[in-house]
Amino acid sequence: MKELVCIVCPKGCRLHVDEENGYLVTGNSCLRGAEYGKNEILNPTRVLTSTVKMEGGLYRRCPVKTNKAIPKGKLFDVMQALNAVTLSAPVTVGQVVIENVCGTGADVIATKAL
Amino acid sequence: MLYDLIVVGGGPAGLAAANSAYEKGLRSILIVERDKELGGILNQCIHNGFGLHRFKEELTGPEYAHRFIEMLKDTSVQVMCDTMVLTVTENKEVHVINTEKGYQVLQAKAVVLAMGCRERTRGAIAIPGARPAGVFTAGSAQRYLNMEGYMVGKRVVILGSGDIGLIMARRMTLEGAKVLACVEVMPYSGGLMRNIVQCLQDYDIPLYLSHTVTDIQQKDGRLSHITVSKVGDDRLPIPGTEMEFDCDTLLLSVGLIPENELTRGAGIDMDMRTNGAIVYENMETSIPGVFACGNVVHVHDLVDYVSQESEKAGAAAADFVLHPKENEHALRLQNGFGISYTVPQQVRVPRIEKSLEVFFRVRQVFGESVISVKDGENLICSFKREYMAPGEMQQIKLPRVLLDKVSGAALTISVKEA
Repeated sequence: MKELVCIVCPKGCRLHVDEENGYLVTGNSCLRGAEYGKNEILNPTRVLTSTVKMEGGLYRRCPVKTNKAIPKGKLFDVMQALNAVTLSAPVTVGQVVIENVCGTGADVIATKAL
Repeated sequence: MLYDLIVVGGGPAGLAAANSAYEKGLRSILIVERDKELGGILNQCIHNGFGLHRFKEELTGPEYAHRFIEMLKDTSVQVMCDTMVLTVTENKEVHVINTEKGYQVLQAKAVVLAMGCRERTRGAIAIPGARPAGVFTAGSAQRYLNMEGYMVGKRVVILGSGDIGLIMARRMTLEGAKVLACVEVMPYSGGLMRNIVQCLQDYDIPLYLSHTVTDIQQKDGRLSHITVSKVGDDRLPIPGTEMEFDCDTLLLSVGLIPENELTRGAGIDMDMRTNGAIVYENMETSIPGVFACGNVVHVHDLVDYVSQESEKAGAAAADFVLHPKENEHALRLQNGFGISYTVPQQVRVPRIEKSLEVFFRVRQVFGESVISVKDGENLICSFKREYMAPGEMQQIKLPRVLLDKVSGAALTISVKEA
């Protein structure tokens, strides 16, 4: 039995994941919590948010995120990939910055119009 | 210039208030914002976790702001950026200044105060030691890093475990800094549990509860070492427990203060516990037609709740202009055992449609417990909670039918551990 705090929403449910019983999750108050509990043991993932260099905008950095959660072990590889990017204004919300970043299947997209 | 409504501040609170006032039928609305663009602090909060309640999806700060800014596009709401409000008067004159038109006096029929809050600084908590470069509030470091493009340090200690501090611990780590520790004077964290997990535990950053910074040393004008000591139950440092950290940066996440200079200047009645205006059920302050919402009233954990509260304020401002009412007698909400404050503080029961939402914070950590609402000795209703901490804002709904039965002048809300 593993104890976890769910990070899907700010509620912070205290989950129990039974590894010997098909990763049965208890203590969750929604279905997404059950999914999180199982994934967190088998393949923990996170959405990465960061910034990339920006030219011609109001600010020198443009905020970006991965459009889905990526394996935790890949976070620093993606950070490195972002260092190589420079965007030029205008940038729109949702604009793809890097496709299939580091082979994760996730795209890096802009989160602000600049 | 005469406007139906002037909204002071174009952050999440101001945006939601202006939108909802427009939806309720007001057309002459002006938002005054001191920064170069709308969105307020959301622009620097590039992490995700916003909007789960409001939009049922996980957005970053800029994306959340974008949704509200887009809503304004098809409206007649006007926006004045790069403009500072200097004074709001009792008669709803709004004195503003900018580099384009200089000093202007604008007149409004209603005003929404949505100035947000600012960070407590080193001075506010009196940390001893040298005064070198390298001591930042977590929010200023966040703006430097995420918007202006400056890395503020390489070896970092964070004082305070509020959400901004935790978010910055992760952010600095991802950007290549070594975050040595997060230090919290209280025996519990001031931030959300999920942030302890995904910002500290994910990156093996230790959290020292019941500890504080007791000395800052410098070399050539830059921070070089800090001393951290354990504190007792009295929150005073215990001699002999000192730890040295070799770091160049100290980030402070030691609380937020609602930014109420304008509110005080207008002569509005204040609540000493929230450091914000005392408000009625519709977010109206002690000056009829002047409303307040968001972090300027009380510091929220979630922007979703800021939007919710501010929509209420915006709608009420529209109602004030379009359908003026007589002021009814108000019930007071009193803080009983375990409650540090409530918002609203006063309730005009006839103005409640179905139910009254009350936000509050508890004074200490409670396990399984019961929140009771009493009219004198009479229990009106009660609510069960599994767990409550001061860092997590609570919300209860009191149905109008129960409020109608109240005979006293005040309701007392209190907590009892089961």
